[in-house]
This record gives sequence, C-alpha cells and structure tokens, in this order.
Amino acid sequence: MGEGAREGTPVTAAAAGSREGSVALRLDRVSRSFGGLVAAHDVDLVVPQGERRAVIGPNGAGKTTLFNLIAGELTVSSGAIHLFDEEITGLPPHRRAGLGLARTFQITNLFPSLSALENCLLAVQGLDRAKFAMLRPLERFPHLRAQALHTLRAVGLDGRAAVPVRNLSHGEQRQLEIGLALAARPRLLLLDEPTAGLSPGESRLMADLLRRLDPAMTVLIIEHDMDIALEIAGHVTVLHYGRVIADGSREDVKSDPLVREIYLGA
Amino acid sequence: MGRRAIWACLVGALLAIVAPLLPAYPLTLLTQALIAAMLAMSLDLLLGYTGLPSLGHAAYFGVGAYAVAILATGRQVGFAGCLVGGLLAAGITAAVFGLLAIRATGTYFLMITLALGMVIWGLAFRWVSLTQGDNGISGVPRPELGLPWSLSGPLPFFYLTLVAAMVAWALLTLLVTSPFGLGLVGIRESESRMRALGYNVWWHKYLAFVISGTIAGFAGVFWAYYNGFVSPVDTQLVTSVEALLMVALGGPGTLVGPAVGAALIVFLKNFISVYTKRWLLILGAVYIGAILFAPRGLLGALGRGRR
Amino acid sequence: MSSEFWIAQTFNGISYGALLFLLASGLSLIFGVMRIVNLAHGSYFMLGGYVGLSIVWRTGSFTAALVAAAVAVGLIGIGMERLFLQRLAGQTLGQVLMTIGFALIFQDLALLIWGGDPYTIPAPKILQGVVRVRGSSFPTYRVFIVLVALLVGILLWLALERTRAGAMIRAAVDDGEMARGIGINVPMISLAVFALGACLAALGGVIGGAFLGVFPGADFEVLPYAFVVVIVGGLGSLPGAMVGSLLVGLLDNFGKALFPELSYFTLFAPMAVILALRPTGLFGRL
Repeated sequence: MGEGAREGTPVTAAAAGSREGSVALRLDRVSRSFGGLVAAHDVDLVVPQGERRAVIGPNGAGKTTLFNLIAGELTVSSGAIHLFDEEITGLPPHRRAGLGLARTFQITNLFPSLSALENCLLAVQGLDRAKFAMLRPLERFPHLRAQALHTLRAVGLDGRAAVPVRNLSHGEQRQLEIGLALAARPRLLLLDEPTAGLSPGESRLMADLLRRLDPAMTVLIIEHDMDIALEIAGHVTVLHYGRVIADGSREDVKSDPLVREIYLGA
Repeated sequence: MGRRAIWACLVGALLAIVAPLLPAYPLTLLTQALIAAMLAMSLDLLLGYTGLPSLGHAAYFGVGAYAVAILATGRQVGFAGCLVGGLLAAGITAAVFGLLAIRATGTYFLMITLALGMVIWGLAFRWVSLTQGDNGISGVPRPELGLPWSLSGPLPFFYLTLVAAMVAWALLTLLVTSPFGLGLVGIRESESRMRALGYNVWWHKYLAFVISGTIAGFAGVFWAYYNGFVSPVDTQLVTSVEALLMVALGGPGTLVGPAVGAALIVFLKNFISVYTKRWLLILGAVYIGAILFAPRGLLGALGRGRR
Repeated sequence: MSSEFWIAQTFNGISYGALLFLLASGLSLIFGVMRIVNLAHGSYFMLGGYVGLSIVWRTGSFTAALVAAAVAVGLIGIGMERLFLQRLAGQTLGQVLMTIGFALIFQDLALLIWGGDPYTIPAPKILQGVVRVRGSSFPTYRVFIVLVALLVGILLWLALERTRAGAMIRAAVDDGEMARGIGINVPMISLAVFALGACLAALGGVIGGAFLGVFPGADFEVLPYAFVVVIVGGLGSLPGAMVGSLLVGLLDNFGKALFPELSYFTLFAPMAVILALRPTGLFGRL
C-alpha cells in the first residue's frame, strides 16, 4: 500500500488488494415503500467483486430507487445491504463513500458555478483529511490539484479544466459526472444512465471510457441503451415494478421469455 | 491569495493614511462602517459561500456586544477579558443554535434563524436583571490597552477597529480559500453531490455556522466599545435584515462585496437620516428595487454564482 | 397555584393560540402553495389593526373595522403579489427577501401615518365583560376570539376538503407542477391564497388590536410567534397550524406566567424538542 502512505492520498481498496472471489455488494430482501407505493420489493442481489452488472428494466421499474438505496440517499424499509462484507444498511451516504462506494446521477449533479478542475478538487478532497484544513490555502495542497488534473485527463477533459461547469456541453458534463465518481478511486461504482441525453457519437465516447475502467473495480450500471449496457456488462439484472424478475448472464437474460415479453410485448 | 492580500494591505494603508485628515464625524462613520463590514463578512461566509440564508445574525452580534457591556461595566473587566468573553458568548450561542438550525435548509432555515434571533432579542428585552432591558447598558468605557494614546478619541479607536477588521478579513479570506472553504461552496451548489463524495455535510455546515456566529460576535465586541451603549436594538430583527441587505446588495460570496455593501448602507443610513426619518422606508424600497432590477447576478448569486 | 390559576391560564393560552391561528393558517397555506415565507405577514397583522383602529375612530363600528381591514389589507396583498412577487416567480429566496423589503416599508408607513403611540381598539359593548361558567369567569372578548378562530378553522377546513376550489388548492400544495399539468391555474390559486392569508392576518390584527393593542413593532413582535407555530405544526398543513397555534399559545402563556424573564425561552425549548424529533414539524411536508 505504498501510495496510501503519502500524506493526503485517499486510501481506497482499489489501491489496496481486494480478495479475489469476494462479494462486492449484497442486498438481502431489500424493500422500500413510500406510503402505499412499493418502489422496491424483496430485492436480492449478489455482485461479485470485479463484475460489470447492468440493471435494466422499463421506466418506473425502480432502478434509480435501487441505486439510491445502495448509495444511502434513501433508507430501506426492510432488508440489509452489505458492501464488501460490511453492513452498510444504516449508514449515511458519506460514510458509504468512505468505504469505497461512488455513484453518478441520472440528472447531472455537478457544481455549476465552479470550474471543471474545482469540481474534481472537491471530489478528490472528499475522502481526504485535507478537507478540514481551514487556515491553509488550496495552493498548499499540490497533491490534490495533481490528482484532480489526473482525473480530468482520465475522462478527457483536461483541456477544459478552467471552464465553469455550467458552460460545458451536456456531453462534457456527463463525462465530468463520471470523473467525480472516479476521483477517489472507488471499489464499487454505480453509474446511473451515463449516456442519458448524449448523441450517438458522444455515447460511443462514453462507452469507450467505460470500457477502460479499472477491471478491479466493480461496476453497476443502469442503462436505457440496451446495446451499450450489454456491451459493457457481462451480467444483467432485470427489474420490473420493484422486483427482480431475471438475473443472469446477458445471453440468459436476452433469451428469457419473461424479459422478452416485458420489453417487446408490453 | 497573494493578490487579495496586496489589495487589502493597500486599502488598509489608504484608510490609515487618510484617517488623520478627516474630521471627527466622517471618521466615526468610517469606524461604524468597518464594524458593519465585519458583521456583513461573517454573514457572507454563511449566506454567500455556504448558501444558508440566516435572518438572525444580529443575535450573535448582540450577544458579543452585551457580553462586553456586562463585563466592562459590571465587573470592570479589561479588554482581553471582554474580547474573550464576547467571542465565547457568541460562539456558544452559535454552537447551541446551530444544533437546531442546521437540521433545516432553505426556507425552514430562514425561519428558524429568525425565530432564534428573536429569542435573543426577547432575552435582551426581558432579562432585565442581566441586560437592563429596554434601557440598555450604557457607560461602556473605551478599552485600556496601555498605549500612549487614549482610545476615547475617534482617531485612535479608528485604528484599533481597522486592525480588528483586517484581522477578521484575513481570517475569513484564509477560510474561503482553503479546502474547507471550497467544501462550503460545494455544499451550496449541491448537497447531495457532496454527500456522495464523502463529506459529512451537516458537520461542515455546523462548523461554518459557529465560525460565522463567532465572527459576528467579534464585530459586536467592537460595536460595544465604539458605541459605549448596548441595547436590545442591537439584537433586533431589523438589524439582522440590514446585515442581510448588506450582503445581498454588495455581492454574496465575495467577502469584499458585503464589506462594501456594509459601508454603503452605513453611509446611506447616516446621510439619509439627516434629511428624513424615513430610513426604513427608503431601505425597503432600495432593496426591492435592487432585487427587481439588479442583473441576475445579484439573486442568481444567492443560489449559486460568486465564489 | 390554585385551580383558578390553572383554568385561567389555560384559557388565556387557548385564546392567544386562537389569535395566532388566524395569522398562522394564512402563512402556512401561502407556503404550501407558493413555497415562500411571507415575511410581511406580521405587517398585514399590524396594518389590519391600524386600519381597524381608524375605522372604529371614524364610525364606531367594530364590524365595519373588521370588514374594512380585511378588504384593505387583502388589496395590499393582491397588489404585492401581482405587481411584485409574480415577477420573481420561481425564485423563492428572492421572493422571500422581497417580502422583507415590504415589511420595512409597511413598518415605516405605519409610523408615518399613525405615529409612535400605542393604541387599543375599543371592543364593542356586548363583547366586554365576563362569561361565567361553573364559578369561573372568562373574559367575553377572549371567548369571542376562540369562537372566531373555531369558525374560521371550520370554514377553512370545509373549503379545502369539500369545495372544488379547495381541491385545487390542495392539489397545488401537493404538487404545483402536476397541478399546472392538469390545467389548474396555479398562479390564480397563489394569488387567491395570498389574498386570503392577508385578509385573515388583518382580521387577526383587528381582533388582537382590542386586547393586545396596536403599536409600532407589533409586526415584528408577532411574526416569530407565527413562525414557531408553522415550524412546529409543519408548513402547508392546516391541522398543523391548528395544533401548533394551540401549543404555542399555551406554552407562551404559561411561560410568561411562570417564568416572565425567560418567556421567549419557554417558546424556544419545546420548538427545539419538536424539531429534534421531526425536522419538518408535526404535520409537515417538505
């Protein structure tokens, strides 16, 4: 863990060695209702470490709700969630981030008046003790800036570092979304419709970016674009009205009669 | 940071040089403006940078002022003691109130801070045995610092206030250019994003609240010494509203803007009061006009904008 | 403390809460529909009182005062909303700050027109005196306040639950965008609710003017009470405003009677407790 020894470097397990064959994410009978509306019903999910898993389903199937439950923005009504064998069911989002979880948002959720670089700086600081430094200017933390630039480069935005986010194109903003999530080198990455609103060309770029992600990282991806989803993910979970109706390799799911009915018959 | 420091030193030096040339009245106005600037900057940290609209900031200002008044007149406590007392009193008030207010956001936060501000006003008004109630506490002596010049004169006291204002400005500037300060702006722009990035948003907001309140108390300390008299007026809602106006008119999220806004309002208030008693009316009208006709920058900045 | 004391204090608390309800119900509904906090609401209360005062001086009629105040302040409310707040539609913080500007203007105007002396609105003869129940005597005027608040509460509840207009208001409170989507004229609803709130506040001002008095500063003095009521009861909720007003009225009254030096404190502590348990208030919705 040589990297972690340097002052201020976030220590995440992507840098540390994770055990092969461990389970990154486990959901046990997770349910969530809003009054009478059941958004998630008895969802079981087991995602081995290193897997690329697509979560698909028609609109309203509860995909984003599931992500919000995993990320901690929503609390479960019942059930348990384990992240790398640690129970996180009651933890708030920032604690889950500290355990190596990162996410993107379906509706771009950036810091509009700050520059792309500043956005990344915030992401890089997030798990660093430096975020509490009050009496030293940011310039005194060159390692933060270096990491932020590195992140921008990784998503292809290093030429746009000084541009305020609200002046970036939609495609660039989506790229930055991913960048923010990658900045702290997470172990589990939740991607909520990364290609939402992108042109076919931009979607291609995004798909390339996603394919270049660290193979040690576990990725869950919600995606409407079936082609991209199945291209990136080897494993698929299908949701319908808050329930898991199919779960398996992409071949299995493609040929599942229930899934075909929902997507083609409905 | 370096550039800001140079500008600040220039302005400070300019004020220091010009001061002896001014007659007493403008000099006292300038002193008042510096105190108001400290209050406005403290609120800017909370409102402009963190995005938390507080309508009760006069509470901490007043608590700081009252602490000095009570200690200096009742117990003859010296400057150091009064300063510490004022900071502690304001800081503790902010720490307690923060526990209540930080749970809320937006409109709820506005209302809770307003109500809490009124609590302090009520205490100032009704806890007569401590605060002399409506009569206020008068006779606060100028501090005795062992200097060859007496601080009763407007010029020496102006210099003291100038030093205090520069200290406050320096502290706040360090804060807003630090990683912590960037975090506050992030919270203003998107709390959910910050949570997802690993920030304990509540804690950061709470810290900002307490620091902001303590600095407001710092301003209050100098107000007590400047004015020689502290009353519930210093804790009332109108005072909180004036502070908010200073920040909003000056340009939230810039520190310098609110300081200028504070000076503007102090001068305007004193100037207008010579000709008419209708200061509040004019203030209200100016404010509405500014909100309606100012470029989106003014209000857009309240939601996002300036850094 | 004799039982006389407790009965009297409880009743006083209830009657004060009744007055607060008139103020808080409007404030709460305005927030529910427009998502803004009207910081000029205390001003409406005060202006209502002053207008009522003038009318009573001119005509001697309390009823005329009630009507005139409601109409005058209602018109002011409509003017404020239509001519100023509407222009910032969607910018809730800006609208809230604008209401502050108006509050300052109203406060100064009132000072200009009516001067700095405190006044009391003379209550009509039939409402003076006491009502005797089981050996205890209750000031008739306070009974009147409670009855008015009950009436207003029932009428409001009926209007909201049983009329089409009420249904539209409830829809707008629930989800303004959705309501717009199904064809409800939300700006018109906003205007109507704002005007209604202003009228209720003005009524409160006239009624309160007879037993609390009308004086400069009444606006900012009553505002935090209204705020505590809606914070505790939950913004946008009528039952919340009812329960909240009762609670605040009782707490404040007992606080003043038992701990006069710390009266605002006795208001603040329970508010703290309730907020600690339920950040959006007892019946609150975000």
